[in-house]
Amino acid sequence: MSKISVRSLTKNFLITEKVPGIKGTIKHFFKRRRRKVVAVDQVNFDIEHGEIVGFIGSNGAGKTTTLKMLCGLIHPSSGSINVAGYQPIRRQRNFLSQITLVMGQKQQLIWDLPPLDSLRVNAAVYGLSNKEANKRIDELASMLDLSSELSRPVRKLSLGERMKAELMAALLHRPSVLFLDEPTLGLDINSQIRVRQFLSEYNNKYGATILLTSHYMGDITSLCKRVLLIHRGNIFHDGSLIQLTQKLAPSRCVKIELTEPIPEDSFRPFGEILQYKGHLIRLLIPRSELALNLSSLLDKFPVKDLEVTDPPIEETIGKLLKAGTT
Amino acid sequence: MKIINRLISNIRVARALLITQYALMIEYRAEIILWAISGLLPLIMLGIWQEAGISKTFGFSNEWLARYFVSAFVVRQFTAVWVMVSFEEDNLEGRLSPYLLQPIMPFWRYFISHIAEQLTRLPIVIIFIVSLFALKTNLIWIPDIFRTALFLVALFLSFTVRFLLHWLFSMVCFWNDRASAIERLLLLPYLFLSGLVAPLDSFPASIRSFAMVTPFPYILSFPSKLLAGHDVNILGGFLALFLWGTTLLLLSYIFWKKGIKNYSAMGA
Repeated sequence: MSKISVRSLTKNFLITEKVPGIKGTIKHFFKRRRRKVVAVDQVNFDIEHGEIVGFIGSNGAGKTTTLKMLCGLIHPSSGSINVAGYQPIRRQRNFLSQITLVMGQKQQLIWDLPPLDSLRVNAAVYGLSNKEANKRIDELASMLDLSSELSRPVRKLSLGERMKAELMAALLHRPSVLFLDEPTLGLDINSQIRVRQFLSEYNNKYGATILLTSHYMGDITSLCKRVLLIHRGNIFHDGSLIQLTQKLAPSRCVKIELTEPIPEDSFRPFGEILQYKGHLIRLLIPRSELALNLSSLLDKFPVKDLEVTDPPIEETIGKLLKAGTT
Repeated sequence: MKIINRLISNIRVARALLITQYALMIEYRAEIILWAISGLLPLIMLGIWQEAGISKTFGFSNEWLARYFVSAFVVRQFTAVWVMVSFEEDNLEGRLSPYLLQPIMPFWRYFISHIAEQLTRLPIVIIFIVSLFALKTNLIWIPDIFRTALFLVALFLSFTVRFLLHWLFSMVCFWNDRASAIERLLLLPYLFLSGLVAPLDSFPASIRSFAMVTPFPYILSFPSKLLAGHDVNILGGFLALFLWGTTLLLLSYIFWKKGIKNYSAMGA
């Protein structure tokens, strides 16, 4: 049985709209104009025990709304959800003890007190003995490289330290299902890497199931073998990141460094020219013609170096989402 | 055994929340002093009543009035409630979501934070009372032990009823996002019908009868009279507190169940 199972999940919101200016304001005071927005539309997916799945899409695509429904914060308009054998909307004690939701910089830590105070409360709420709580705090602190920071008021911590402490508070009860909404938002590159390593370690150690949203593709590429791409409330892709790249980018990027400059027009028959700098050329070549064209290029031109890569995933997804909205 | 374990676990949660919330309130000590000062209205009303010289018109002696308003001051200090404002802020700023994801009703966090605030307020209230008695020695009285014990129970129940009343209206946030306006609306009946600006005994009989079917007199007048040693229907007062408490608890439960379905997890 899947750890997370979602069937025909739909969420509609009624939003109020107001025309700008005095006339619009007066009209708005007497009569509110409401419009139905379909945030999530007939979404289906399953996630197996111990999987780390990336949940990607542009702003407003329906990622956070889906996560909120999966953890029982908001009620779906229709459809069914099963997480760890529970219906999230019932918010049963055993269900809440098995999940966690980390929402970027949204605090569950008390701003004016050290993280340790919040951790003590969480330990009591989840029924951990003092001994067990101390053991887990030490373990998480060591995994996240936090120690003396736990005794400083949260407001005095750096963004990265705060995020790590937030993760500690969210994981103290050792949940088996983690919903992570932008866990590396605003962090510097070192903190991002540390958080990614931590999540990977946590997943390996406890076999936790993780559904992760992020706008940093580094989070997705380093942690998730499988991605769900959501667009306008619909699942556009459910599969591996490689499959997604192939589906979205049927060409590969070829970077050629020449020993001497060659005119730009000589390269046109081989593919789309992305960049031309005399002795440095970047070409986009269809995968089906790649082997043949590479061989011709090496034959015809004085090639000093050659590199074949996939176009950056951010660029590819960005193009797709842009195309989808126009 | 399961019930005992659950009870022990709940005591541990309450203790942890109380310690943390107390530590948090200590961080805001200046604010607590200002809040305590803002609760001086009963003492101001005492001055007005005595200066106006109208107490005899209503059959009150100066001593009766003084004890009533000093007691009302103490009751007001320990029945202060601001849950509507906190709940609205937490709802709008997304802090309610993490609370909802933990296996403890958010109600207890707010309730215990109020208790913690009262504990930080206690020394300030003692200083106020001692200073007042030092300045006006004729105001000093020692309530008897039995009445004091009843007063402490009544005070806790009065606070609980007032808290539940505000908690119930906080649920409006699930439909409207803004509930704090209702707090201002509740202030008016609270000021007049609780006996805060004038003892209920000074009201015309019809208004007094109306007031007695609302929860307000039991939130302030009843415990104040208990402490002041004035004539009061003790059994009736406790019964009213119990009935109002039960009714509000039940209504809160119903509205919570309905409201949570409308929760939109804003700010997250």
